[in-house]
Amino acid sequence: MEDQNKLIHEVTQRDYRFGFVSDIETDTIVKGLNEEVIRIISAKKDEPEFMLEFRLKAYRRWLTMKMPEWAQLKVPVIDYQEIIFYAAPTQQAKYESLNEVDPELLRTFEKLGIPLEEQKMLSGVAVDAVIDSVSVKTTFKETLAERGIIFCSFSEAVKHHPDLIQKYLGMAVPYNDNYFAALNSAVFSDGSFVYIPKGTRCPMELSTYFRINAQNTGQFERTLVIADDDSYVSYLEGCTAPMRDENQLHAAVVEIIALDRAEVKYSTVQNWYPGDKNGKGGIFNFVTKRGICKGVASKIFWNQVETGSAITWKYPSCILMGDNSVAEFNSVALTNNHQQADTGTKMIHIGKNTKSTIVSKGISAGHSSNSYRGLVRVAPKAENARNYSQCDSLLLGDTCGAHTFPYIEVGNSSSIIEHEATTSKIGEDQIFYCNQRGISTEDAIGMIVNGYAREVINKLPMEFAVEAQKLLQISLEGSVG
Amino acid sequence: MLVIKDLYAKVEGKDILKGINLTVNAGEVHAIMGPNGSGKSTLANVLAGNTNFEVTHGSITFNGKDIFEMSPDVRAKEGLFLSFQYPVEIPGVSMVNFLKTAVNEHRKYRNEKELSAGDFLKLMREKKAMVQIDSQLTNRSVNEGFSGGEKKKNEIFQMAMLEPTLAILDETDSGLDIDALRIVSNGVNLLKNKNNATILVTHYQRLLDYIVPDFVHVLYEGRIVKSAGKELAFELEEKGYDWIKKELGE
Ligand SMILES: Nc1ncnc2c1ncn2[C@@H]1O[C@H](COP(=O)(O)OP(=O)(O)OP(=O)(O)O)[C@@H](O)[C@H]1O
Ligand SMILES: [Mg+2]
Repeated sequence: MEDQNKLIHEVTQRDYRFGFVSDIETDTIVKGLNEEVIRIISAKKDEPEFMLEFRLKAYRRWLTMKMPEWAQLKVPVIDYQEIIFYAAPTQQAKYESLNEVDPELLRTFEKLGIPLEEQKMLSGVAVDAVIDSVSVKTTFKETLAERGIIFCSFSEAVKHHPDLIQKYLGMAVPYNDNYFAALNSAVFSDGSFVYIPKGTRCPMELSTYFRINAQNTGQFERTLVIADDDSYVSYLEGCTAPMRDENQLHAAVVEIIALDRAEVKYSTVQNWYPGDKNGKGGIFNFVTKRGICKGVASKIFWNQVETGSAITWKYPSCILMGDNSVAEFNSVALTNNHQQADTGTKMIHIGKNTKSTIVSKGISAGHSSNSYRGLVRVAPKAENARNYSQCDSLLLGDTCGAHTFPYIEVGNSSSIIEHEATTSKIGEDQIFYCNQRGISTEDAIGMIVNGYAREVINKLPMEFAVEAQKLLQISLEGSVG
Repeated sequence: MLVIKDLYAKVEGKDILKGINLTVNAGEVHAIMGPNGSGKSTLANVLAGNTNFEVTHGSITFNGKDIFEMSPDVRAKEGLFLSFQYPVEIPGVSMVNFLKTAVNEHRKYRNEKELSAGDFLKLMREKKAMVQIDSQLTNRSVNEGFSGGEKKKNEIFQMAMLEPTLAILDETDSGLDIDALRIVSNGVNLLKNKNNATILVTHYQRLLDYIVPDFVHVLYEGRIVKSAGKELAFELEEKGYDWIKKELGE
């Protein structure tokens, strides 16, 4: 057993492959947070009055709030006066072609294995690349525009579609929802905006690559996806961040609104810098993601594979308001070394005949802590609501921890709630069996972990699934002696 | 090909192998028989490099190299194959993916090009026919939900895919029905040539009707106490092990 632990220990020690800092000139404002800073952010972005009000309202509320402490996480004290709340690449011009883009930036994408050019040509994916806070590159916009689809940076949406922003901003995640949502509402820099008109099927996957880039800059993304009646969209969010020593705060908000019979698939592959082997550095990721199945028979799917961040606090949730609406949460969360994750979902059933499914696969290695926290709430009027939850934990070695906290609140007797949970270990006999067939321990663990996560990975769009598989393997690989 | 000298090994602090000597040359088939718990599977596991078993004394050379210098996957790629007495299940890992990885790891080790998906599937079809294994099995996860006999058949299928130079079959015959035993034995015979060798661990002489051994060894309490030609298997079948124990003065 000791040998086994040693082996797993060795295998799981590997340096972060995407750790590099790109040298792009960055325009930042002074660090710290106060009303003046918020006014500067709003002014720099040339925002309408209602946005400034939204921000200030959120900020004043945030001042009265306390950081949540119920999660199974040890979070160091965050000094908000040490954080720079706005950073944008100085090169902000709109580009006609990739030739005009800062070559250093392009190289960054290349190192990540996602050259924009190739993306554009091969995958048919429209890419809205966010470096730090401001979108620098948007492609495929015209094809989308022909169909009336809006896919742009949040700032642009504020300028060009203020009516939609005013109507939907804060609908799924109110400015006062929680500590981090309030903070985000006050200082968010940029993000993505998607609107799919009635009866429209978005012809391509919409994808955003986020990068956290400027030193010491908090990241506050804001994403809003609106799917009008009878529309469909699949949205991909993927990220890697460069290595650094100081902890970085990330508090994003994602809102999804699905109207009558609309369907939204939101897929995430997350690979932010998790800190080094000793738990030094890494991203603090406090995200609020929520969708509202507002219309009848609307559908929202959250699919995610997460391997990054030092601390993750994240519960992509759905409010099933419309009758016959459907929601799914499919998640793989991998933690290694000293990573801590407290993640899960909330499914709130309000409409009749609503159906939700939760599949959560936790993988823990090293000294990490991996908790699933899920709430299923069925309102008294949500007759015939159904939920099926499956929470599995896979442990590598015995120095890591996995916890499951399911909360179930059922307000009527016609609903059916099912919950299943398993915990398993990668057996040394399984690894030995693979070894005996010529497969190294490293590859064996990668293969077994991918097998375990397959059910969720299969839900991801093809190109993302491939990336996710690699990521799971990379995150556990090490230099076996 | 394989030379074992004065091998001692223990598991969980208990001495199991107590001075094994055995030499296997290319082209030979050796049968190892012996009572339950005598150490047959332990020997197989030590050869394959299972770290649960601690070697306390002795040496093993395989292809002229010190086997203890090689990790289990390297031993496999050097051509050592173990058909497990109890094959493990690996849920979620498809047979195709598993074998494709295994085959290509072997090829890489020999500086050969990896097989394309098409060539791999062709190879798989060929070998499937050889051991008459059902596609329904090879489309599933590794051994998951396989019956006892199906697992054994799957071991020989993997052996056919990997074409080892030294195959150790640990009670592959147990659990196989009469037809399967014939098919599997036939497969093993087809894979045999003058450059490879086979060690059969078995309790029954029946298997040896199909795969005829050059030598039969009796392993008893961690030692090879008797070695002879194939006729020894008949004698054991008839008389059991008591006479050997008597010969040993017990
Ligand atoms: N992991 C283990 N932990 C403790 N004891 C073990 C372990 N593996 C084997 N042994 C013991 O070692 C001895 C030899 O076991 P081994 O499996 O080698 O026997 P065998 O000759 O293969 O028997 P069989 O014919 O029943 O397969 C037995 O007494 C067994 O209980
Ligand atoms: Mg045995």
